[in-house]
Amino acid sequence: MNYIGAAEKTSAAQAQSRDREFLVFSLGEEEYAIDILRVQEIRGYDNVTRIANAPDFIKGVSNLRGIIVPIVDLRIKFRLSDAVYDDQTVVIVVNIAERVVGIVVDRVSDVMTLGDEQIKPAPEFGVNLPLDYISGLGNLEKRMLVLVDIEKLLTSREMELVAEAGE
Amino acid sequence: MDITDFYDTFFEEAAELLSEMEQHLLELDVDAPDAEQLNAIFRAAHSIKGGAGTFGFEALQRTTHLLENLLDHARCGQLTLRRDLIDVFLETKDMLNDQLDAYRQSAEPEPEALEYICKILRQLALEEIGEDVDSASEPAVTSAQASVAEVASATQSEAVSEPTTDSGRYQVALLHVAEKDRRLLIEELSHLGSVVNESGDENRYEIVLVSSLGCDDIEAVLCFVTEPDQLEIVPLSAAAPKEDEVPKPSGSSNEKPQAPQKSGAQEIKVTAPPTRKPPVQGGGSGENSSIRVPVAKVDQIINLVGELVITQSMLDQVVEDSGSTNDAKLSSGLTLLSRTAKDLQEAVMSVRMVPMDYVFSRFPRLVRDLAGKLGKEIELITEGKSTELDKGLTERIIDPLTHLVRNSLDHGIESPDQREAAGKSRTGNLLLSAQHQGGNILIEVSDDGGGLNREKILSKAAANGLAISDNMNDEDIWQLIFAPGFSTAAEVSDVSGRGVGMDVVKRNIEAMGGHVEIDSRPGNGTTTRIVLPLTLAILDGMSVRVGNETFVLPVSGVIESLQPCHEDLYPMAGEDLLLKVREDYLPLLSVHAAFDVPDAITEPARAIAVIVHGQGCRYALLVDELIGQQQVVVKNLETNYRKVPGVSAATILGDGSVSLILDIADLHRLHQSKKSRGAAFESAQRISNGTTAAIQAKRTVSNVEGANA
Repeated sequence: MNYIGAAEKTSAAQAQSRDREFLVFSLGEEEYAIDILRVQEIRGYDNVTRIANAPDFIKGVSNLRGIIVPIVDLRIKFRLSDAVYDDQTVVIVVNIAERVVGIVVDRVSDVMTLGDEQIKPAPEFGVNLPLDYISGLGNLEKRMLVLVDIEKLLTSREMELVAEAGE
Repeated sequence: MDITDFYDTFFEEAAELLSEMEQHLLELDVDAPDAEQLNAIFRAAHSIKGGAGTFGFEALQRTTHLLENLLDHARCGQLTLRRDLIDVFLETKDMLNDQLDAYRQSAEPEPEALEYICKILRQLALEEIGEDVDSASEPAVTSAQASVAEVASATQSEAVSEPTTDSGRYQVALLHVAEKDRRLLIEELSHLGSVVNESGDENRYEIVLVSSLGCDDIEAVLCFVTEPDQLEIVPLSAAAPKEDEVPKPSGSSNEKPQAPQKSGAQEIKVTAPPTRKPPVQGGGSGENSSIRVPVAKVDQIINLVGELVITQSMLDQVVEDSGSTNDAKLSSGLTLLSRTAKDLQEAVMSVRMVPMDYVFSRFPRLVRDLAGKLGKEIELITEGKSTELDKGLTERIIDPLTHLVRNSLDHGIESPDQREAAGKSRTGNLLLSAQHQGGNILIEVSDDGGGLNREKILSKAAANGLAISDNMNDEDIWQLIFAPGFSTAAEVSDVSGRGVGMDVVKRNIEAMGGHVEIDSRPGNGTTTRIVLPLTLAILDGMSVRVGNETFVLPVSGVIESLQPCHEDLYPMAGEDLLLKVREDYLPLLSVHAAFDVPDAITEPARAIAVIVHGQGCRYALLVDELIGQQQVVVKNLETNYRKVPGVSAATILGDGSVSLILDIADLHRLHQSKKSRGAAFESAQRISNGTTAAIQAKRTVSNVEGANA
């Protein structure tokens, strides 16, 4: 329910201003981008407490100034690169559906402004990242950005971050 | 600034006055009414009327006016109180509450309800004192000003009612009132009469008012707009040209100092607060020295203090690790910080604590009404009203307690005739008590009724398909009534017996981290004991290490810990292990197996067994090492994540890392389900000692719950 409302809001915002800002990060060799308005902060990866009996891409929970935040490793979820944790590993803390979630990525590269004409519809592909969670492809001269609908992705059933009704 | 800004203040004060009124009404002895109590009730009605008039809440004003008049006669001894009169007053009080709620939601109260209650009150007035008290204010009142005047004339028409003077001069002094508020107050005053003169500054602003109302009335109107101590009302000698003939001491009850008036601005009677204070002090709330704060704000402070405590212990750790402990200044500073932080935490937590009176105070009314409905005579005794409990918990305990009280009244306590036949007094006793017990609060609902019927429960349990045996002990049988859909009441009554109740009670209490026990003796009554933690925000935790991970166990669930010997370990059904602790055989459950912790000690004899209990199960939990005991701030995992099986919440340790707080009962379930998933042998769950039946009953309960979910 929540994300439908938010999606409507986003499309309303889209109608108003043609340009949107995205935070670009990389998973392995690929570049992804998420709506910058969802990003709360970026921090290093440390001190994550493992949670038993959770899927492997949920690394556990971490303390973000007194708030307990689950940490999801998108690299494992999308099977995109070897999940290595070092000084460069970055956690993007995002705000979705009134929740705070940290996502682990290889690197954050920059913030990009994309106009409508630069956003292409995504073609049908791969099972790892279903089309539902991709809002489009960002077309830059020599780069291609996969625009991820992070809210839809993280609240989806398969991410197992949100308890399902009736549980 | 708008007058509507004061609405909230009025609503809160009026609600408080109403509950105070109810309390007094319930305590009132109809045969020998206490004059002070009658006065308090009257004053509550009067104050609400005043405020309602100011804000133009017409229905509220009309109702309180009628009530006030009746009460006034009662306090003058012209109206003899009877139980049914008190019933009417209580009903009126409920109606006033409804009206208040309606106004609070910016709606008009239901006109039918208003007419209904007005009719009853008017009827009562006609029958009891032979006069129509509402006649004067019957014509539709439109504005606040008109209605106040109306009330004044109505009260004036009766010699015995609220002592008012005829038009008199008052000096109203406003102390430390900001300019914009002052405008509003003067405007209010001008509704009450004519403002003749005004002068002064912010600190003291004097207004001379000519009004037909009494001091009390003026004050009642203004006190909703300002604090009582900012107001000073002094009657002046009636030197104004037109009024000088009027002031004659009124005959019956002249509380107004009319007599000794000579010169112009002689101050005769001091201010309002003394006349208004008694009801407040009577209620024991000491309002002047307290402030109203939204709970959310307090919670925020508690959160921040929690962070402070964590940061402080983080600093301690850092200093210890860096080896700079021999820096005397640093370490004494840190000690001071740690002490202050702890004190601050305690102080802030105590802000959240409210006395149990908050919960208990709603029961006299409930018991009275139910007893009347059921035709039983019941005396309610409450003990330990001042025992303090977390505000969040008091709100959640009300429903379960209401259930238990209803049950006691309906099923527990017998009818007067039955009681007499059984050789007991006709009046049944219901005891509600609260007391602190260690870090817990113990709440008891106890009646001297017929007690639980073992045979009935057993046959009902059999009919419901619960696992039972004839030689079950009483305690296990009493636990059966907590099964869903369980009711031994022969008929479903208005009050209880639908069989949804005790299971909800149990679930609610367990959700609060507490548990329920029942003690019952046939013929002597039933006692239900609820044990709750004092607060949900902080937990006494025992940190344990398993592998490289740290977990926290609630100390309330820990009985003891020991190092198991080889000789005390007994394998059962292949993979299960039982640990013999003195005379008991306890199932051994290892944390590393439940949570797949790597690098943990797997050999039980080298690990530590912590004996824990929770929700009727008792078992030994295998951990690598005990770290220590400390208070931890409980953080909800579900805010940003979801419920984790076997875990109740999380907390943040001194080093800033997150640690999971284990849920002892849930861990047991997790263990069971893991096992049955793996091998699915039922026989393995048959645990040898006397708890079998209880556990089976419990399992049936959780199965039913599972099926419902």
